[in-house]
Amino acid sequence: MIAPRFSFVGSGRPRVDAGDQVSGRTVFADDMSLPGMLIGRQLRSPHGHARITRIDVRRALALEGVEAVITGADLPITYGILPVSQDEHALALERVRYVGEPVAAVAAVDAETAARGLELIEVEYEPIEETASIDEAATDRVLIHGEGLGRNVHRAASLEFGDVATGFEEADHIREDVYDFRGSTHAALEQHAAVASFGTDGRLTIWSSTQVPHYLHRALEKVLELPAAQIRVVATPVGGGFGGKTDPFSHEIVAARLSMKTGRPVKITLSREEVFYTHRGRHPVLMWVRTGFRRDGTITAMHFRTHLDGGAFGSYGLATLYYTGALQTTTYRIPHYKFEGVRVFTNKPPCGPKRGHGTPQPRFALECHLDAAAADLGLDPVTIRVRNLVEPYSTTVNYLRITSCGLRECIEKVVAASGFGDKHGKLPPGRGVGLAVSAYMTGAGLPIYFNDMPQSEVSIKVDRGGGVTVFSMAADVGQGSTSVLATIVGEVLGLDPATLAMVTADTDLTPVDLGSYSSRVTFMAGNAALEAAERIRDTVVAAVADELGTTRDVLVVGDGRVGVEGAPEKSIPWPDAVRAAISRTGPLAASGSYTAPTLAGPYKGSGVGISPAYSFSAAVVEVECDAETGHVRVERVWLAHDIGRALNSLLVEGQIEGGVYMGLGEALMEEQAYRGTLHRGPSLLDYKMPTFLDVPPVESILVETVDPEGPFGAKEVGQGPLLPVIPAVANAIHDALGVRIDEVPITPDKVVRAMRDLARGGSGRVGPASVPEFDFGRANRVAVPEGLRP
Amino acid sequence: MIDRILTLSVNGREHRVLTPDHRTLLELLREDLRLTGTKHGCELGECGACTVLLDGTPVLSCLTLARSAEGHAVTTVEGLAAGGVPAPLQDAFTRLGAAQCGYCTPGMLMAASALLNSVLDPSTAEIQEALSGNLCRCTGYGKIVAAVRLAARSGR
Repeated sequence: MIAPRFSFVGSGRPRVDAGDQVSGRTVFADDMSLPGMLIGRQLRSPHGHARITRIDVRRALALEGVEAVITGADLPITYGILPVSQDEHALALERVRYVGEPVAAVAAVDAETAARGLELIEVEYEPIEETASIDEAATDRVLIHGEGLGRNVHRAASLEFGDVATGFEEADHIREDVYDFRGSTHAALEQHAAVASFGTDGRLTIWSSTQVPHYLHRALEKVLELPAAQIRVVATPVGGGFGGKTDPFSHEIVAARLSMKTGRPVKITLSREEVFYTHRGRHPVLMWVRTGFRRDGTITAMHFRTHLDGGAFGSYGLATLYYTGALQTTTYRIPHYKFEGVRVFTNKPPCGPKRGHGTPQPRFALECHLDAAAADLGLDPVTIRVRNLVEPYSTTVNYLRITSCGLRECIEKVVAASGFGDKHGKLPPGRGVGLAVSAYMTGAGLPIYFNDMPQSEVSIKVDRGGGVTVFSMAADVGQGSTSVLATIVGEVLGLDPATLAMVTADTDLTPVDLGSYSSRVTFMAGNAALEAAERIRDTVVAAVADELGTTRDVLVVGDGRVGVEGAPEKSIPWPDAVRAAISRTGPLAASGSYTAPTLAGPYKGSGVGISPAYSFSAAVVEVECDAETGHVRVERVWLAHDIGRALNSLLVEGQIEGGVYMGLGEALMEEQAYRGTLHRGPSLLDYKMPTFLDVPPVESILVETVDPEGPFGAKEVGQGPLLPVIPAVANAIHDALGVRIDEVPITPDKVVRAMRDLARGGSGRVGPASVPEFDFGRANRVAVPEGLRP
Repeated sequence: MIDRILTLSVNGREHRVLTPDHRTLLELLREDLRLTGTKHGCELGECGACTVLLDGTPVLSCLTLARSAEGHAVTTVEGLAAGGVPAPLQDAFTRLGAAQCGYCTPGMLMAASALLNSVLDPSTAEIQEALSGNLCRCTGYGKIVAAVRLAARSGR
């Protein structure tokens, strides 16, 4: 096959919006100011669990400068990101369920008056029994949702693919391990902010730092009881998302209600402390895994259990629950697989999706478990993985369709680049290397709410001067989605991507894209943009063929011209070509769309984990550990990623480096920690995250497998590269010190405890002893896919 | 609340502003002067997003009282490009992808600019040290270090 030649695809080009970013001209939500704008603030619960017995806003309303005060009674309709979890109120009604839950809100002429207004709101609470942990939720306590006593279970799942009992019988060696992944949070640098303006025409406009303008649009329609046609949602440039801005939020709904009440624009910007309470971050997950192996390391069966601490509300939690069991099979062939999981409610800020959504936790467990099993069997970490590798173009036991897959090449490349074979088990004491691999979805196969409309639509309009405007609802959250769409359209039309006008993330102006989550934009919006651009190109080419008196098949589009390749006299500039097209066929506009193929398997829960393509990653981490202080210093990270095709290598590297960074933070220091139900330190000083001084050099290796369904073959990179980093760190620490820290984050105190245990003749393991008892009931037995049957 | 008229030099221009006595420099820049290029991520001096220069020295504008900036030259990200031509530092950030979401970028640029004003060709370690008070959640910092190095070599 001759490699295609590209004008723009592949090369490392600057973002199309970089000029504004480096000059301070990017307008984030809090940078906005409208005439007559009020400032809104929210009063938050000081209790983890309490009934609201009295709420009196009269003194606040009487304060000069306070224009409106609202409480739960003003917003009685529930909402939630998932149709099955409509359990949130924008302001608590009757009951508060976590410290920091919004209870009332004020709109005032300025921030100080709003803050004084909050102080004048009188709320009386009657505290009730709190549930603070997975263990507590496993016993009968006061229900967080509903009345009376019971276990605070949100949802449980039990699925068995094939027959694990048979699989375990075939095993020569069975290993069981227990792991704990403590939760973390996104801590995007930009605090959430929204500006709402209810106009005299009865239309509401909201500008918000959201990753999901379309879903926010739907939530506002429901809660405010306004027709969707009268609501305009504009996603402002998002100053870091990582999944933390993918729910509809209280402050967005409250700003809108306050604007409707006052007839003036209202801005609400969360303080950093409020961002920690808003959370929706990584679920704490307790895990138990049992795997059967043949002597040569081949997996015969796996049984995986997860216990998720969901916090006080549903959020994406039902999906998260299934994600903790879905993707184990996408890296390794597991002939018989059983997954049991339960998500509980606790009186803490709600957990939700953070980069990797429900899969970094089990990936940490699985990759550490495999290393431990390899040691049992006398195998090295590379061999046990390669022996079980999933094959390209195959189906997993839980019905996930794998297409392009460069996992083997990823492993080979990181192992070679890092010298893993020469280092593992051979470095001086205190130094070690760890390997781990992973896979991630390139876009969720299904939308969040059931519908059979496209998951992404893109429109393109061409001006008589040749100017191309691209319309897409995809929100740029820093990943560079706008630049990626520009690259795709520019490539097809032969125009420099930097010269295209990009109109994005505005429900009045742009056709629907479901949002910037689940690593879906490059693939889904990208394919929609590709289709739209090809339609424009075809119309223009037909017109030029007519103009030049030639046939379409000899014409090419490129370098700002349309014509016969290699014959400049038979080619015309793009603007002339556009005018030729408009003269012949009228306005030059086209739309394209993308809908994922039907992929769900024959079982309930199969909607989670399916994707039109999977990315694959392999990481090697080298560490130097101080056995006495427990301090772990990461020396270097090698990360190979199967990107399908890099549309912009600079952006791809940026996502890899950012994913590695975030993975290192989670591995070694980041924890959304509580004392009971009270956040231990809702500030950027107390929430430890890596600084310039904590980050090692990262060697990114791109593996291109050219996915048959991706735009130009591209797959995702926003989330996948984070996944292998955390277990690779844990495995490297084991290689360095001989201790197993089966609990993330791996803080120095845990390393010291493990070293002391080792010195006393113990196993040198720190981690949970067991998972709570829970009756998952009878598993839903699912026959293995036909091709995999013996 | 006492209002006071402050006279401040920002990006080479004198501004007279009637503003509350307890106004921080961050608030004054963003709200009174509408220079929203300077960001905030915590307003407690933890993240570095609000870094501006005071007589060439990087300060956290969220912890600086506006009135204490009187008589000093304040430089913000809006003042980096001379005559609309991007400074080498801005150009390097663009070319090397040192900005992803772009939210920490103004603070990074100001801290880096102060470093390059005092050290001609800083080492990687010097750059990491100088910028260690500025948090970024997107990039993993590597491309920011590379951009500062490139800017240093291309004459700031």
